[in-house]
Order: sequence, then C-alpha cells, then structure tokens
Amino acid sequence: MTHAHALAGTSSSRIADFEHRYQTERRTRGLWTLLYLVLFAGAVVGSMQVSDFNPSKLMNGLPKAWNYIYGTFPTLRWETLGADIAEWYWGIRYWLRLLVETVLMSFVGTVLGGVVALALCFFASSNLAPNKALCFISRRTLEFLRTVPELVFALIFVYAFGLGPFAGVLAIAVHTAGSLGKLFAEVNENVDERPIDGVRAAGGSWPMIMRLAVVPQALPNYASYLLLRFEINVRGAAVLGVVGAGGIGEDLYLAIRQFEYPDISAIMLLLIATTAVIDITCESIRHRLIGHDLGKGQ
Amino acid sequence: MLELRKITKTFGQTIAVNNVSLNFPPGQMVGIIGRSGAGKSTLLRLINRLATTGQGDILFENTNIGTLAGRDLRAWRARCAMIFQQFNLVNRLDVLTNVLIGRIGTAKTLPVMFKHFSAQDRAAAALALDRLDLLPQALQRADTLSGGQQQRVAIARALIQNPSLILADEPIASLDPRNARFVMEALRKINQEDRITVICNLHTLDAARAYCDRIVGMAQGKVVFDGSPDTLTRQAVQSIYGDAGDADVEESLTSTLGAHLPIPAAAKQPQLADAAY
Repeated sequence: MTHAHALAGTSSSRIADFEHRYQTERRTRGLWTLLYLVLFAGAVVGSMQVSDFNPSKLMNGLPKAWNYIYGTFPTLRWETLGADIAEWYWGIRYWLRLLVETVLMSFVGTVLGGVVALALCFFASSNLAPNKALCFISRRTLEFLRTVPELVFALIFVYAFGLGPFAGVLAIAVHTAGSLGKLFAEVNENVDERPIDGVRAAGGSWPMIMRLAVVPQALPNYASYLLLRFEINVRGAAVLGVVGAGGIGEDLYLAIRQFEYPDISAIMLLLIATTAVIDITCESIRHRLIGHDLGKGQ
Repeated sequence: MLELRKITKTFGQTIAVNNVSLNFPPGQMVGIIGRSGAGKSTLLRLINRLATTGQGDILFENTNIGTLAGRDLRAWRARCAMIFQQFNLVNRLDVLTNVLIGRIGTAKTLPVMFKHFSAQDRAAAALALDRLDLLPQALQRADTLSGGQQQRVAIARALIQNPSLILADEPIASLDPRNARFVMEALRKINQEDRITVICNLHTLDAARAYCDRIVGMAQGKVVFDGSPDTLTRQAVQSIYGDAGDADVEESLTSTLGAHLPIPAAAKQPQLADAAY
C-alpha cells in the first residue's frame, strides 16, 4: 500500500523526468544525424575530386562515346538489306557457339559457387554459427572470395590451367561462392527462431537444425539469389574472354583490338539479346518459385 | 525423479529464476502458474538446456543435467520433450516431417540431411498423429493447419521422442478456449496413460486447477506456492498474481478454458467459485 502511494504522489515528477529524458535523447539523436550528414557530404565531394568527375567533361565526352558506338554500325541499305546483314553477321555460327559456351560457363560456375556458398553460409550467419571464431573465419573467407575481381582470378587460373573456359568457370565459381555466401548468410540471419528451438528441443544436432529448421525457411530466397547471380554471371563471363578464359569475350576483344567495327556491334547486339532472354527466363522462373512457394516445401 | 537444487538464472541485471528448489516425482502432472516474467519459461528452458544453467544443479535420476554436452545433451533434450506457446513447428515442412523431427535426437546425421526416416519411425509418427486425430492432415504443410491443430502436431512430435517428461511452455496461451481444452485433455491423457511426467506453464488458474495434480506458483523468480490444487487459497493466489496495492485478482479474468469445463470438486471452494462457470 505505502509503495503504491509513494508512486502516485510522484507521478507529476515522473512525467517531468520522462520529458527531460525525451528531450536529451532527441538532442543527441539530432547531433548524430548532423554528424553523419556532414561526413556523407564530405565523402561525396572528396570522391568526386579524386575520381575527376566533372559535368562539363561528361557533356563533352558523351558525343564522342556515341560517335564510337555509331561508327561500329555498318551501313545497311534497304535494297540489299539481306545481303548487308549477312555480311555484318558473317561469323554468326562461330559467335553463337561462343555464346553458348559463355552461358554454359556461367551456369557451371554458378552451380559450383552456389554449392560452396551453401556449405559456408551457415557458419557465416551470426545467429547460427557454432562459435564466433568459425563465424569470423568463414566471413573473412567469403569476403576474400568476392572482393578479388573475377578478372584477376581468371588471370591466375589461365596461368595455372591454361587458356580456355575451364579457367573462366573457376573464376566465376570463386567469385559466386563469395557473393552468394554472403547473401545466403544474410537470409539465414532473418529466419524465424522458433522452429530452430523446436528442432533443438527434440535433440537435433547442429547439421540437423540447419537442414530441418533453417533450410526450409530460407530455400525460396536461396533460389531467387541463385538465379539473380546466374544472370550477373552471364554478363561477367562475356568479359572473361579478354584474358583468354573462354567465352565470346575473346572474339569481342580481338575485334576491338583489330578495329573490326562492324564485328564489335554485331557481337555486342548478340550479347545484349542473350542477356535479355536469360533475364526474362530467370525472372519467370523466380516468380514461379516464389509464387507457388516451392510446392510442398523441401 | 527430476530434482532442481537452488537454481538461479540471471539475464544481465534481471534475476529470472531465483534460488528455486523443486522435486518432480515421476508420473506427476504439475502446473506452474504466475504472471508474465515470473520466470516460468526460463525454468523450463533450463531443464531442457535450451538455456544454460546459472547457479545450482538440475538432477535427473542422479545425472547432473547442467554438465551434459554433445551426444548426451541431445539425448537428454529428446528425453524431456518440449512444447511451446507458439508451437515452433517448421512451417514449410509437412506435418509428418514435423512429427518425425521427434526422432532426430537419436538419429544419424546423414539420413536426416536427406529427410530419410525408417519405416518404423514413420509408423510411430503416424500412430502419434492418429492418437491426436491428425492423421488426415499428415501430408499437408504445417502452416495450413489451425493453431490448435499445430499444437497437437507439436504434441505428436513430443510423443515420438519417447520422453520421460514433457515440458509444456504456455501450451494453450495462443489458443481459443475449445482448442485449449483439447490440448490440455491430450496432455492429461498422455500423462495418465503413458505415465509421463508433465510440467506445464500456465497463464490461467482454472486450467491448472482442472488438469494438474500439483500447482507451483512463481512470482519474481521465486517459488511462492507449492501444493495440490485444493490448497490454493485466495491468499495464495494473491501472493502469486497480486502486487502490493493492486485490487484483488479476479480469477475469472484469467480463464481461457471456457464455460463448459467440468471442474474437479476439490476446486469448488465457496470463496473461489467463479462467476464465469
């Protein structure tokens, strides 16, 4: 009784107390926001200076870039359109073969990388990792795998395994493992913890908890990230040919180096068309997976 | 026999469980009651080792539960099945697989990775589901079931663990009165038919009175009442739920079981007669 009375007697002072606390909190929060805004503005200005970005230069340069692109297109005359296109796409059979090689390279690379990512992602999720050291190690590993650019890995692998798609596949796989592993780990960190408790309480070991409580929840997100990565890898694989790691990039690079302007535009258009097709296909697969919620669950 | 000896568990500054000593003889159905934050859930999680022990010892048939690790720990968890307020099923798995999770405590890892269980295990799961009237739903996904059905799936999961005791953490707090009664009746039946000890956290007095052999009252981490339902007097209720200066606790407000519940005669003391009945 006395306790309750004491509380009731000081209710106005408690409200005043709260108001004071609220104002201080708001002031500190405002100061932090200001600080971050200043830092952000500083970073933007600084980077613009270092990277030599300036709008007038951009305006001057844009027409030149357009001229280059325009210059790569052959002159097509209406009366001889068929023959002109046939001449433009003289290497279509060869290029298509290279395109298929490019897509397959990225497919195999995505699958291999995905497997590694799946194996590592549970250790890299802070809520699932068996201990902090393993979490730290696997996170740094994934970081290393994705921060070294694909081209650098491709160069190393070409040196180690020789010219050809094998080096390209490995380069893609390594980079994919790093970036997908991080995304998978983030998906894992968002899973509902209640099923985990449920499976653990039944006596499940760590791998069992991952398989039965985490994977079923995270699977749709894994699938959608994997498909997204495949799209990105098709684009990436097109460039790897520059260092001799297979795919259509080899021929594109050759055309650029030898100033075969029509060839450049022909190959570029093929590439754009291919990525668009893959984009659309992946998109519809992804919608099916998410829309139907992967059937009856895995 | 499960024995808690001077258990204390703190989370930062708050003392969740404060110097609790309790004995649970086999085959008893015990209701633990108290306000939210009284330490009931923590107590159950300590027994199952979902939470790590602070101070004190937990002994089961003279094994110290607090020091178990690895395979022994998993076997212990399988032996004291847990039922949760939010059911804790894996929504995206079908009902059958959810029940089969009750067998992983003793299973090998590799087959589980491929969700492979023996025909024997499957039969046990089907039997448990049938016992809880859920066999027709066995191949549906868990999240297509109603709350009451999901909780019964959780009980089936607990059953095929072949547990020595079942720990139920607010099993009916998320359910409507009808389903709450189904679930409590199922637990009571399992307790009586299989002679499994059931320790059940409950929000509500009437559920504890109706189904439990013994009631333990907790307030602020301490045990403030321990006895049979008919010794739970108004003063005892006040010490569990009340606070200095609060109005008297209205027992009818803590009811979830609905109007048509048969109350054991022992509970029908005049001063406790409940307007809702």
